[in-house]
Amino acid sequence: MRRRGCNSWTSTNLVHDLEDEEDMIANPMLTHSYVVKRVQQETYDTFTIELEPKNKAQAFSFAPGQFNMLYVFGVGEVPISICGDPSKPETLLHTTRAVGTVTNALRKLRRGDLVGVRGPFGTSWPVEEAKGHDVVIVTGGIGLPPLRPSLYQLLSKKQEYGKLVLLYGARTPEDIVYGQEIEQWRKRSDIAVDVTVDRATGQWRGNVGVVTTLIPKASFDPADTIAMIVGPEIMMRFTIAELQRRGLRDESIYISMERNMKCGLGFCGHCQFGPFFVCKDGPVFRYDRVKPFFGKGEI
Amino acid sequence: METLEPILAKHPFLKGLEPRHLKILVGCASNVRFNAGHFLFHEGEEANEFYMIREGKVAVQIQGGERGPIIVQTVGEGEVLGWSWLIPPYRWRFDASALELTRAIALDGKCLRMKSEEDHDLGYELLKRFAGIIVERLEAARLQLLDVYKSRP
Repeated sequence: MRRRGCNSWTSTNLVHDLEDEEDMIANPMLTHSYVVKRVQQETYDTFTIELEPKNKAQAFSFAPGQFNMLYVFGVGEVPISICGDPSKPETLLHTTRAVGTVTNALRKLRRGDLVGVRGPFGTSWPVEEAKGHDVVIVTGGIGLPPLRPSLYQLLSKKQEYGKLVLLYGARTPEDIVYGQEIEQWRKRSDIAVDVTVDRATGQWRGNVGVVTTLIPKASFDPADTIAMIVGPEIMMRFTIAELQRRGLRDESIYISMERNMKCGLGFCGHCQFGPFFVCKDGPVFRYDRVKPFFGKGEI
Repeated sequence: METLEPILAKHPFLKGLEPRHLKILVGCASNVRFNAGHFLFHEGEEANEFYMIREGKVAVQIQGGERGPIIVQTVGEGEVLGWSWLIPPYRWRFDASALELTRAIALDGKCLRMKSEEDHDLGYELLKRFAGIIVERLEAARLQLLDVYKSRP
């Protein structure tokens, strides 16, 4: 099993498929063929694509928060976060919304079709650093998939963490992704899960209101908590403000940024964000490091 | 006889309230309970109270004609429901129905308005607390209106 990516090269297991690894080092723009195992519809516009390497030796490990560049042959390439279990890296899971040419083409793929994969790229969630602390995960829309790998890791070693809280906001009940899995998490005693939707009709019996309204009610120690946030930038700004109101320090807050990532290596400059390249220096940033640029229209 | 004072004192909305003001509020308070599906109030009715939720969940909703009821917010444990009692014409602008068994303390609005006229310190204290809630709800409503999760190509 190989481990690769901009910030995650290791010297372990290089004996496997050394020639191919050298190709990757020499040319990280090279895609590798992956076979579509399944395309599962999550909501009316969101789906999960399950991939396996055509050549098993090409499987690679990844850290929670990293992303891959997925190439639909003849159509184009898109960056999508990895949303599967890092302990099962032989299967790649990517959940995304069908909104553009490439993601719509991805959704139409069927079992046995081929996809090009480059990655994994980018920084990861501070799962190791969070040991011994409470962890609060706040996510909105399709921000839950990029955080699911960290949830798997946190839950697999829950005894090493303090309180674990997941706060999730969706547009409507019909937009909730991983609904069944969320129900499984709700049943666990080692994680507090609260879900809300921005609007609902009379059939919904859960919370209605924006995700930030869940923060004052959540049980965690603000002085000893690591927060991980994914969602649209406006949602993340409101969430940060609410966490700060609870007493969290900027250094304890991590966010995942989204920009127009193309090369994945910090070469092309499409995803420049102040002095950073989101593909290489992010997508996961500690908030105090991007605070001067966050929410600024000029950046 | 046990009074509602310790229950009121524990509710987050009244945290840090002076004991003399708490005693006044106790005089205007009553314990209430609503089963799931029960309406606490309807749009257009006179608003003569507000509720400090102790347990359960209440939907603030509006009838959307053919769309049926549209829930705009839920209010749960530790939160406060209703400020129409505070501002003329003292009429509810939404419906409120219990989504599950809900226990609350109802505060008589007419009683509180009268007490606040007599004791402006109490009135100011209540207004400060309600202003905080109104600002939170306004921010939340703005974020809802931005519809940030909407799919955009």
